[in-house]
Amino acid sequence: MRMKTLLSTAVFAFALSAGVASAQDYPSKPLNYIIPFNAGGESDVAARFQQPYLEEAAGQNVVIQYISGAGGAQAWSQLNGMEADGYTMMGSNLPHIILQPMAQDVGYKTEDITNVYFFQYTPDALLVPADSDFKTLEDFVNYAKENPGAATVAGSATNSANHVAATKLNELAGIQTTYIPFSGTSPSMTALLGGQVQGAFSYSTAALNQGDQVRVLAVAAEERLPALPDTPTFKELGYDMVGGAYRGVAVPSGTPEDVRTKLSDLLGEVNANPEFKKKMEDAGFVVISVPYSEVPAFMEERKAQYDSVAKIMGIETSSN
Amino acid sequence: MDKFIYFLEALSFANLGLAFAGVLAGIVIGALPGLSATMAVAVLVPFTFTMNPASGLIVLGAIYTGAIYGGSYSAILVNAPGTPSAIATTFDGFPMAKRGDGALAVSIATLASVIGGLIGALMLMFLAPPLATVALAFGPPEYFWLAIFGLTLISALSVGNLIKGLIGACFGLILSMIGVAVIGADVRFTFGSQTLIGGIDIVAGLIGLYCIPVLIDLVATKDPHLKVASDSSGFRLGESFAILMRNKVNAIRSSVIGTVVGILPGAGGSVASLVSYSESRRSSKNPENYGKGEPGGIIATEAANNATVGGGFIPTLVLGIPGTPPDAVILGALLVQGIKIGPQLFTSQGSIVYTFIFGLLIGTLLMLPIGLVVGRYAYKSIVAIPKAALVPTIAFLTVIGSFAIHNNLHDSAVMLGLGVIGWGLNRAGFAPSPIVLGLVLGQIAEQGFVQAYLIGNAQGNILGQFFGRPISLAIAAFAILTLFYPLAASAIGARRAKKSAVDQTVESRDANA
Repeated sequence: MRMKTLLSTAVFAFALSAGVASAQDYPSKPLNYIIPFNAGGESDVAARFQQPYLEEAAGQNVVIQYISGAGGAQAWSQLNGMEADGYTMMGSNLPHIILQPMAQDVGYKTEDITNVYFFQYTPDALLVPADSDFKTLEDFVNYAKENPGAATVAGSATNSANHVAATKLNELAGIQTTYIPFSGTSPSMTALLGGQVQGAFSYSTAALNQGDQVRVLAVAAEERLPALPDTPTFKELGYDMVGGAYRGVAVPSGTPEDVRTKLSDLLGEVNANPEFKKKMEDAGFVVISVPYSEVPAFMEERKAQYDSVAKIMGIETSSN
Repeated sequence: MDKFIYFLEALSFANLGLAFAGVLAGIVIGALPGLSATMAVAVLVPFTFTMNPASGLIVLGAIYTGAIYGGSYSAILVNAPGTPSAIATTFDGFPMAKRGDGALAVSIATLASVIGGLIGALMLMFLAPPLATVALAFGPPEYFWLAIFGLTLISALSVGNLIKGLIGACFGLILSMIGVAVIGADVRFTFGSQTLIGGIDIVAGLIGLYCIPVLIDLVATKDPHLKVASDSSGFRLGESFAILMRNKVNAIRSSVIGTVVGILPGAGGSVASLVSYSESRRSSKNPENYGKGEPGGIIATEAANNATVGGGFIPTLVLGIPGTPPDAVILGALLVQGIKIGPQLFTSQGSIVYTFIFGLLIGTLLMLPIGLVVGRYAYKSIVAIPKAALVPTIAFLTVIGSFAIHNNLHDSAVMLGLGVIGWGLNRAGFAPSPIVLGLVLGQIAEQGFVQAYLIGNAQGNILGQFFGRPISLAIAAFAILTLFYPLAASAIGARRAKKSAVDQTVESRDANA
């Protein structure tokens, strides 16, 4: 086991010291895929799903590593200092890389992150315990309207995707709820199942994990999810809310353009694989394909969404 | 009867081999400071994708159990907990090793770990669904009180030096606030430095505060690291058994505490071992020996932290909520394998679940022979290695271990910085344990408090959150009991001493008469 750690460290060092790559023979050695979170989270699980298909498409090994801390900021602030030869790629998450630098100096700016592909998102989902009196989203909204501030909604962390979702629903429905931040999805789900809070914002993946212990009032996807066919979307219910945690892949800023495009193509190949798509959807992920050429437009669109919510959340847009 | 089939499945030659290899690897990884159980499990996960789910789970469970147990070696022999779960094992383990009882301490830790592991796994097998509701009964106020209960241990740990203990604890609490706050996302005490924005990692803090002062002292003094036992009579297994039999209530109580705390997501092995240590000390006939090399202390912490393995799997398997960080990794592995977790798992995937639990039991039993042999070897080599080789080796490991937490040099810098501060504080009479308690429990207490306050505020009943819940009140009562126990104990002790003095005078007068 330690051998493996040593090995991956050695591979990592080798990748760092290797020369400039050209797109013709790229990739010609193992790819390092750095996850800016701990093992076991959604980002890790999605990367593990990608791993075998990406290895097949690239014809090279894909080594997954973790640099976690400060909600991902620890890794993202180091990204541009890493070897820019296309063999170092890092998971990139929205809204994190937009909201974190907006709220405070975290050592990187949104523009510093060179995203080459966004491949999936986990839609926000509003969950209540299975025995809750709230049978529908309408029940919940009505209760919150009659009792301003009394409805408690758990979620993971502050200024996070869950926090954005709770704030957004408040705005769209004209209600006031109390958002209770927890240190992660597990404690927030525990609080929900134990009835400590009345509802929780989480992702479709978490909703599936809890099975019939929870009722999913709505998901923030464009269409109903194959894994949750009976759950309405916020859109059908009249709330224009589509979003969640988007996950993509970023590279150091010095990575050559042709290598970025090649990597984007490889990730596109993985996304086009029906077997991969099926596995992801069964676990509650929504597969989207935003290749390198479409990343700027996609980022603009998401940014506009988060800007309006950020104002309500009290995050000051920094002066620069 | 079905279960018997799963038992045979778990006993297959391949699975036994995997459990053996997993336990051995886990012990070695756990014993190295900084290389934690979470890391061991995360590194191994990709290999299990090629195995069938049950075998994969067995090897993950075995490595996890082994790593939690392995943490006790370095705690006992070097005063440096190999994993956060072993913090409290240093309290009595190292004093025992220092006076030449290292082999005995390792044997006791092994027996206690096996008992704790077995009780935890058995409770997982037979009581998982009802016990999972315990996790749900614990809300933010209960976590707050649990952390406060843990903090009251400071009064017990710093007898005769309460002020310094409290100052140390406050320093630890301040350390726990560094970085981006979970609630509110405020950036605190980073002094504009990127190194501190991620906060002080508990493992980095542990290595720094425990290992570095030991290393500096080893270099600065001429004394050998450990006193060599006058009679190196092997495992001292008989003696260990005898001590364990005297502490059987302690062992069982600690295992139950460990299982229950393990069920609580976010509490984990460090809290479990601290709580059971505190309880063991409180109910002991000679609490004054705790912290000076009392075997009962090792039994309490090691039984409790290995019981968290089984306990942690209860919410993981029943609710789909990981009880401990390694469980989160294992849960992710299950998802990738396409296994649907949740309450239906025990019925729909019974074969995998029960094979896994039997695997865990077998792995725990294997820990006895493997642990005794490896522990003996570890003790011998730590004693035999000259200081000139021991110090650089441990120093090297502290840097590697702290780097390996997040593959990040920031943690190594934090570790070294805290190490030097810790050494200075040690010289001034501040022990590392209160600081570490503050660091470990500060976040749990803070988050629990703010969450309970927010919920209470929304419901218009803030006091009810903190004082209106039966479990909260029970934990608070234990906290108060522990807090004032040293005072009460010395008062009782004084009265006893007085009484026996009176008795003696009466006797002597009688004799004279």
